[in-house]
Amino acid sequence: MKHTLSVLVENKPGALARIAGLFSRRGFNIDSLAVGITDDPDVSRMTITVDGKEHPIEQVTKQLHKLINVIKITDLDPHNTVARELALIKVKSPARSRGEIMQVAEIFRANILDVARNTMILEITGTTEKVDAIEELLTPHGIVEIVRTGRIAIERGEK
Amino acid sequence: MKGSEAIVESLKAEGVEAIFGLPGGVVIPLYDTLYDADIKHYLVRHEQGAAHMADGYARATGKTGVCIATSGPGATNLVTGIATAYMDSTPMVAITGQVRSGLIGTDAFQEADTTGITQPIVKHSYLIKDVKDIPRIFKEAFYIASSGRPGPVVIDIPVDMQLAELDYKPQKKINLLGYKPTLKGNRRQIKAAARLIARAERPVIYAGGGIISSGADRELRRLAKMVQTPVTTTLMGLGTFPETDKLSLGMLGMHGTGYANYAVTNCDLLIAIGARFDDRVTGKLATFAAEAKKIHIDQDPAEISKNVVVDVPIVGDARTVLKDLLEELKKLEIDTGRTEPWLRQVSDWKKSHPLFYKDLKREIMPQFVVEEIYRVTKGKAIICTEVGQNQMWAALFYQHSKARNFISSGGLGTMGFGFPAAIGAKIGRPRETVIDIAGDGSFQMNIQELSTAVNYNIPVIVAILNNGYLGMVRQWQELFWNERYSETCIECQPDFARVAEAYGALGITIKDKNDVTDALRAAIKAKRPAVLDFRVKRDENVFPMVPAGKSITEMIGGQK
Repeated sequence: MKHTLSVLVENKPGALARIAGLFSRRGFNIDSLAVGITDDPDVSRMTITVDGKEHPIEQVTKQLHKLINVIKITDLDPHNTVARELALIKVKSPARSRGEIMQVAEIFRANILDVARNTMILEITGTTEKVDAIEELLTPHGIVEIVRTGRIAIERGEK
Repeated sequence: MKGSEAIVESLKAEGVEAIFGLPGGVVIPLYDTLYDADIKHYLVRHEQGAAHMADGYARATGKTGVCIATSGPGATNLVTGIATAYMDSTPMVAITGQVRSGLIGTDAFQEADTTGITQPIVKHSYLIKDVKDIPRIFKEAFYIASSGRPGPVVIDIPVDMQLAELDYKPQKKINLLGYKPTLKGNRRQIKAAARLIARAERPVIYAGGGIISSGADRELRRLAKMVQTPVTTTLMGLGTFPETDKLSLGMLGMHGTGYANYAVTNCDLLIAIGARFDDRVTGKLATFAAEAKKIHIDQDPAEISKNVVVDVPIVGDARTVLKDLLEELKKLEIDTGRTEPWLRQVSDWKKSHPLFYKDLKREIMPQFVVEEIYRVTKGKAIICTEVGQNQMWAALFYQHSKARNFISSGGLGTMGFGFPAAIGAKIGRPRETVIDIAGDGSFQMNIQELSTAVNYNIPVIVAILNNGYLGMVRQWQELFWNERYSETCIECQPDFARVAEAYGALGITIKDKNDVTDALRAAIKAKRPAVLDFRVKRDENVFPMVPAGKSITEMIGGQK
């Protein structure tokens, strides 16, 4: 099972390197990682997705906790969490297929950010599955480049 | 005040009395300040020696060891010593110089990314970017190194930070959002543990180095006596329970005693305290105390159920938890007679599987030297070891009875550790006899520190069990690799006694068993550094031995 860990970290130099280093040295694989500051400029939030099947999630969180810069770790409950990622997709779009691509974009509520003579850039936000789905539909047209952020997530409710 | 002065003030505020180090370009300002400071600095001959001395000092005294090295090669020379301290959880603060802030990242002369290189082997590290942070960072570093599960902390200080001015105020407060070690164990868990202990018929205590860090040896002894439970210790735990006591099982694991390994395998309750179920202890995990309920008391939550799933985990300081546990046990009515059949069984194992070696008339057996060291020092010496056969013989054939009197690189297994660690231990506890039980291979890895020992007249004794081999690897090659002795025979060896004399130390070569005792006495009497070159039987092996990956009852050798 995939786990999404929401980790509050002191915004100090080297904190990201320590976390990345810990994962590699203990042999844990990171599926995705997103980092940003929080409402408190001294604290950053990392959203880390790991595969709990490969590594006991308990050991991952305990090892993370040992890092002095790590303040808090929450293993987000997937049933009570809203998770999103964002992707920018540059796709080949000669005149004959442009219409179809725009239709796909509309269905997925993707924004068209840029149109050049032969390519188009789409912006899509959604669950990992949604991003995967639009990627699959666009692949036959020829994807030039795709850039995905890591997954970010937040718990529902008052907490 | 200058940054370098703030560093020295901060060290004084932490009560630092001894520093081990070697200067270099970017720590000249710091050394200039140390020139007038009333902190004793010991100049080593190689930075690795400084790290091990700080480590040995810390292990012998319980205080935080401090070492200094310059940037680049100075810092990288510390790395093995820092990793050694990390694996064995010893409190250490390593101060390294760094190139000028503006030059960082430009591949400047003697630049190395010290915090990067050491990141996987430190409890925490700092790179000082603002001189005003010096008091806070030093305060935090010493607190982090010595509290919770102790470990090494690196402070990397660019040369311009040592020169910059600050308005120094001693740092009092510590505010670390992400670091709050748990002291007290969970009450409910402690009660659950007490109930298991009261019911157990075949209990065993498995005690590790955590007992020493937390100073819980007295509580450990009280627990063992109270519930009449045999105690086995790990290599790191040697001395926490007196091996002269009938409840003692000695060491367990790959080179553990037969009776310790049988007792652990057959127990119905395993009480692990400050130990981490290392592979050298457990052997094949599936058969390690397979029938037993397990209680695990440890400071580090990440050690709980890391290798072995336990029934009652208790996170907390060993001493605090044991005190609470003893209180709980007092409330229960414990029938101490219930473990009697078990103790009889253990005693039978002791008779059927004693530690054993065949003594010879003239030739010196390495085990005999260790036993003789025990007799001559009446078991009161601080024993340091190198790594390999010498280490295992020192662990097995000396009856360890006092915490902090056995100092050995257990986790990392660092050859070359013992001698500098012995120097550090002797500096920390100058009244005690300190003996490094060494191998001829290991000793040569930091032999240059003879110069440091002579320089400051630190009378440590190196007892080399000289067999002309990298003996432990040779043993594996003999037993598991068809006697193909690839690169383990040290064909060219110095005359250690003459090397010692050349450095200004006492050197004695001993070839006859009948001269062992006199040589030891002479070295102790000499009150100066001494090297005893015992030419021992060359192909003697450490037994018993559990082949890697086997169950710990599948021992080979060591039988009469």
